Amino acid sequence: MAMHAGDIERLIKQKFPDAIISIQDLAGDGDHYAATVVTEAFRGKTRVQQHQMVYEALQGNMGGALHALALQTSAPDA
Amino acid sequence: MTANANDWIKTQVDSNDVVLFMKGTKTMPQCGFSGRVAQILGYLSVDYKDINVLEDATIRDGIKAYANWPTIPQLYIKGEFVGGADIVQEMFRSSELQTMLSEKGVEFENRALPAA
Repeated sequence: MAMHAGDIERLIKQKFPDAIISIQDLAGDGDHYAATVVTEAFRGKTRVQQHQMVYEALQGNMGGALHALALQTSAPDA
Repeated sequence: MTANANDWIKTQVDSNDVVLFMKGTKTMPQCGFSGRVAQILGYLSVDYKDINVLEDATIRDGIKAYANWPTIPQLYIKGEFVGGADIVQEMFRSSELQTMLSEKGVEFENRALPAA
């Protein structure tokens, strides 16, 4: 089981259209990614909430098809 | 999740100041993400309880539902879910983790940050 970086980005974009996303395939195996997501939707949210929002956008793939996604989330600089 | 797993998890996070649900143990982590958090807690000399989710599938699944968090490791301080490896690492680097530990009255050794 693996996911393409493009699919990850598409799912996140679907939920947060304004998001600036960068995704890095860490091991080249389609299973270990690092992603940075910046969206206005994160403003005022805790880190836990921000990550939960991304996991929700991934519709259950996190921990399933997607084994490892190192996440960095933030709202854009005001 | 079964009610039992949920109760068991709640008892653990309520009765231990610091609990880390991880793959493997603090002395022998079996996943890089779990190892990173164990290393940070070790560096700060935090006394914590490690729970190896690989030993029990009901706990492994149960903990994901418990915090609405799909991955392991998961760190709890005084009953509160703090985050997974990325968040804990970020908080350690910014000293937020150290602040949280002292605010919550958890003993630790406030050592200087290792060079990045």
